[in-house]
Amino acid sequence: MSRTSGGTFVGMPAFPMPAFPEAAREAVGDATLRANLRHATHTIRDKRARAVAELDDWERLREAGKQIKDHTLRHLGRYLEQLEEAVTAAGGTVHWAADADEANRIVTGLVEATGEREVVKVKSMATQEIGLNEALEAAGIRAYETDLAELIVQLGDDRPSHILVPAIHRNRAEIRDIFRSEMARWGRPAPEGLTDTPAELAEAARLHLREKFLRAKVGISGANFMVAETGTLVVVESEGNGRMCLTLPETLISVVGIEKTVPAWRDLEVFLQTLPRSSTAERMNPYTSTWTGTTDGDGPRAFHLVLLDNGRTDTLADEVGRQALRCIRCSACLNVCPVYERAGGHAYGSVYPGPIGAILNPQLRGTATALDASLPYASSLCGACYEVCPVAIDIPEVLVHLRERVVQGGEFTRHGAKVTLRPAGGHAAERAAMRAAGLVFARPGLLRAGQRLAARTRRAHPRKLPGPGRAWSATRDLPTVPEESFRDWWRRTRERTGRTDDREAGA
Amino acid sequence: MSSREIILGRIGRALGPVPDEPYEAAVDRGYADAHGDLTTGRTVDLLAENLADYRALVHRADHARLPEVLARLLAARGARTVLVPPGLPPNWLADSGAVPVPDRAGSTPAQLDRADSVVTGCAVAVAETGTIVLDGSPDQGRRRITLVPDHHICVVRVPGQVVSSVPRALRRLDPARPLTWISGPSATSDIELDRVEGVHGPRTLEVVLVEGAESPDRACAGTITRG
Repeated sequence: MSRTSGGTFVGMPAFPMPAFPEAAREAVGDATLRANLRHATHTIRDKRARAVAELDDWERLREAGKQIKDHTLRHLGRYLEQLEEAVTAAGGTVHWAADADEANRIVTGLVEATGEREVVKVKSMATQEIGLNEALEAAGIRAYETDLAELIVQLGDDRPSHILVPAIHRNRAEIRDIFRSEMARWGRPAPEGLTDTPAELAEAARLHLREKFLRAKVGISGANFMVAETGTLVVVESEGNGRMCLTLPETLISVVGIEKTVPAWRDLEVFLQTLPRSSTAERMNPYTSTWTGTTDGDGPRAFHLVLLDNGRTDTLADEVGRQALRCIRCSACLNVCPVYERAGGHAYGSVYPGPIGAILNPQLRGTATALDASLPYASSLCGACYEVCPVAIDIPEVLVHLRERVVQGGEFTRHGAKVTLRPAGGHAAERAAMRAAGLVFARPGLLRAGQRLAARTRRAHPRKLPGPGRAWSATRDLPTVPEESFRDWWRRTRERTGRTDDREAGA
Repeated sequence: MSSREIILGRIGRALGPVPDEPYEAAVDRGYADAHGDLTTGRTVDLLAENLADYRALVHRADHARLPEVLARLLAARGARTVLVPPGLPPNWLADSGAVPVPDRAGSTPAQLDRADSVVTGCAVAVAETGTIVLDGSPDQGRRRITLVPDHHICVVRVPGQVVSSVPRALRRLDPARPLTWISGPSATSDIELDRVEGVHGPRTLEVVLVEGAESPDRACAGTITRG
């Protein structure tokens, strides 16, 4: 069966994705979707707060996590070389991929060399980011997603909408319908009389995937952490599908972003405390696997690590924006974000939705598309994302920084080369308005005259702005102009009452 | 130019000249080494509570009664066959009527799938998180034998194998060995972000906390290591 995966986002959208406001419009109008998202995000929000409150040193763990990641990023080259050496010494093979195409070519070649035509996959953001499943399919290799939510997305020919729970936009009844209608096309059909209780749905997934795990010869994974000192990779998961993919196949291929490196074994003591509590609100997730190269008689006989750049070094070149590379993909920022809760994950047009996506995508992919240029605006800058981030990424700071880049242009790095970005055309009216405001505010007389004119003509003001201002007033009420400006009121009332007292008070 | 050189070159240009900063000085390790100063007994109790909180079934026994307890648990489960790692103390399953199945190098996943249960020891257990860690030692076996069967009984020697916190657990473990950290049975939060137990790993996890000396030569340390 050949299926083109509906709309999986590949590094750069193959077709023009609409800007965030247009992309979000449909989701905002979908009552079921909004109810699903609200239910799920609010459930996890409160649980996370309780799990975090159990640790009285949370802020110190958070700061240590930030420092470990910052230190690693400042010496990334050295740690990657150390990692490569340690993995190689432990029996693994390290490959370097500068972009998505190269990573896909490497993985496809490795699978082809085994002679296998199918692979089992653990959920991996990096392989989604590069569109690996599509590349394998083009080479005639079938990739089975084995994480429950990824399975729901794959069977539903859908797109992921959340980092931790890619099928968060689906409720249990929708999941049951997808299993009933699609499982048979991919292998073992859904059990007769499947209901929508989560336990039954999980059981259906267990049965459906079991035969695939037991016969799989090639597994593909990502990793949450790579320890440079020891060459150890870490996968944090819940269901056991990760263990299946990491343990049963003969060949294991892990595709991991270069920023997932940590210097030492000891550093895991921070992240194994902060990640589960931030992510699923658990003291510890059900399963964490660590492996170092290959082990005789236990697990895969061949291990390949593909180190992925794909825009990460460009992000590293931006001193403000590079903090996005600290991200450990917990998704706490999605769960607290008022914009994500209403717009859903699809509007971000990427496997990285929500606040972290709004700062990561425009850096990994550049701001050349309408979508990527609009993502820094997909926020009210309320700062809830920064509060919950376990590695203290100041997402609002990076959003404002990226808005500046979009509006003012300037120098940044793309594919390793310095390029100069022109100011975005769409913001010409905004820039003109800001320039005009700057002129007027610098001249009190001009400001006074303007305010008085506005006050005298207030009854004739339109409800909507004309011309380029129309877009602004389409979603906002124009402020009503008062009869009298504050400055005039101040002058009038001060002249009537004790003006000298004000002076003495230092007014 | 290889992609390795390209990526390392990009990193060098992105960072510019970076003053060498020693790793030891880069991170403030002022976070807790363990949370609360618990007695040995209380630490074991906390392990039991946290294991149970994530739906593991927790039992207590002394070494003399361990074979009887394991036999009872296997019988209650209706297990006819039980996978046995190569170095499991032979007396542990002495009372059980289930047929022991040794894990052979050539055992296929499908063969493992036919075993009803598996009994193992562990490397270390973490009280604060309710976690048991397996490191592939002879009493735990290959990773796959604790993964494919639907019922896992793990024996933890208390208090010797119990540490209070994640940092203390990491110090006891050897990163060169393949490690599996297990906190309760397999679970998922993928349907409406609500936790449901039971997906691909063992859906029933039973943990037996066994106290006392098992035999004069295998006695374990009597106190919990404090860092």
